[in-house]
Amino acid sequence: MLRFTIRRLLQVIPTLLAVALLIFVIFSVVPGSFASSLMADGRTAADPEMLARLNEQFGLDKPLYLRFADYITGLARFDLGTSFRTREPVLDVINARLWASLKLAVAAMAFAIVVGVPLGFIAALRPGSLLDSVTMIGAVSGLSLPQFWLGLLLMYLFALVLGWLPSFGYGGGSWRYLILPAITLGVTPLALLARTTRAGVLEIANEDFIRTARSKGMSEARVVRWHLVRNVMVLVVTTIGLQFGSMMGQAVVIEKLFSWPGIGSLLVDSVSIRDTPVVQGTILVIVVWFLLINTLVDIVYAAIDPRIKQT
Amino acid sequence: MSDAPLLDLRNLHVGIPGRGAPLDIVRDVGFTILPGEAFGLVGESGSGKSLTALSLIRLLKKPLAVSGGEILFKGEDLRNLSDKAMRRLRGDRIAMIFQEPMTALNPLKTVGRQIAEMFVLHRGMGWGEAQKRAVDALASVHVPAPEERVRAYPFQMSGGMRQRVMIAIALACDPDLLIADEPTTALDVTVQDEVLKLIAELCSARGTAVLLISHDLGVIANMCQRVGVMYQGRLVEERDTYDLFADPRHPYTQGLLGALPRLGSRHGEAGRQRLVDIDGMIADRESLSREFCSEARNPVRDPRQRAGGGA
Repeated sequence: MLRFTIRRLLQVIPTLLAVALLIFVIFSVVPGSFASSLMADGRTAADPEMLARLNEQFGLDKPLYLRFADYITGLARFDLGTSFRTREPVLDVINARLWASLKLAVAAMAFAIVVGVPLGFIAALRPGSLLDSVTMIGAVSGLSLPQFWLGLLLMYLFALVLGWLPSFGYGGGSWRYLILPAITLGVTPLALLARTTRAGVLEIANEDFIRTARSKGMSEARVVRWHLVRNVMVLVVTTIGLQFGSMMGQAVVIEKLFSWPGIGSLLVDSVSIRDTPVVQGTILVIVVWFLLINTLVDIVYAAIDPRIKQT
Repeated sequence: MSDAPLLDLRNLHVGIPGRGAPLDIVRDVGFTILPGEAFGLVGESGSGKSLTALSLIRLLKKPLAVSGGEILFKGEDLRNLSDKAMRRLRGDRIAMIFQEPMTALNPLKTVGRQIAEMFVLHRGMGWGEAQKRAVDALASVHVPAPEERVRAYPFQMSGGMRQRVMIAIALACDPDLLIADEPTTALDVTVQDEVLKLIAELCSARGTAVLLISHDLGVIANMCQRVGVMYQGRLVEERDTYDLFADPRHPYTQGLLGALPRLGSRHGEAGRQRLVDIDGMIADRESLSREFCSEARNPVRDPRQRAGGGA
């Protein structure tokens, strides 16, 4: 188990290098630079001399491969560069925002798991029942609702009409500010989880070994506890992992909508002023998050399913 | 051994209840099994053998249900038992082995745990003690190195070994009746014989009665004192095995026996002899519900009925 974990963690490194290269190349070929975005006022053309001086100052006049070499050696020392805008280390800029994002992602996922998995389970145990129909219609609606629209709707209802919760902002970390963005962000994974769980339970309930369990004289409750749950978890963990991993990326819109000071809103702001080091760093963090969650899922898999450790 | 039958099945009907005329798939099947006796049930796929077996332990899948008849086990009609009383009987007094050893065991639990469940369920043991008994149970089905094998998962075992585990599970509580539904069909030919011998040996040693279901007359002939032939949901013939082979009465049985290859007959005087096949297809459920189901096939058709015309 330990060897498996270490091996999986080591596999993250080459992926990370490839992603770093990709991000670097993409942002080097995107037109526009921090210097030109600073100068642009929409009326007069930027002074070429000024531009050249700024580019030199930020090291943007060096050839691409040299810049990449600098970037990678920096990365190896956990140095993500310096923000063009604030002149602070990118790592500090991200660090100041990361915890808000993590808090939001964890809260949203917890909401999705705690509500979605039991709903799917109950729906599957009574297929065709009213609860089943309502759950599945709800799940399809949850999947097809645009998140920002749902967010606006919740804001309108709970903040403006009912006045129960603050409409946006961080509130210095108060949990009351967390509720609306977390629910908005959690609805899609919740709907997916409810559907996956339901499908998983129905699939496993048809397996031969469930019939074997019944032929042993087990009560239905024991059949579920002893033989169904763990097999369904294998399927559910996949969905949880994929959703949790991509959540940082999805949170960009929600953070902007609720003025949540996470790395999502940092990313949007930095892209608009071409603060390339911060953009690169932020994307890298989102990718690392995704890779880590995926690795974690693989490790959880191996713990649940003995067949995986072998291969 | 007393003369009172262990199992007395009378006029069993299995079908789909509900709208319109009930559609009976198994019709008017009755036979008795004495304590310690091996009774064979042969018939082609779809003839209702497995449904008959599953209805004995009340594990038919919805919408299928027993629609008539009596299932007397030790004089008590199983149809009248409460679910709880039936569960106590299932696995403990009547055990079942299924066709597919590859899927009949839970892939995520060790085989030892799956055997131990029987002792926990029916003998009220704790897991530790039950696990120790599981080692004995594995040893009794001649699994080599049982102390290690109890910790193995089904995917680490061959089909033959898994079927031995299934036998260990089924016989764990010394049942009065073992239902073996095509226990060797999914196995290699070389392993088939070993598994059959094992079932025969263990059951005769413990005085366990066997209901052996197969489409293979050879298997039945080796193991069973008496045999019933099922054809399109009916029991068309029930005889001593020896008599049946010597003098098959029902046209379908004659057809079945005619379809067996015989040693030495390949190069007869008249040149190569072809195996007789049974013409036609299994009737669909619509025509089954009509009165003369045997009409659906030529060689089985009674000449008198043919003259009179029919469906």
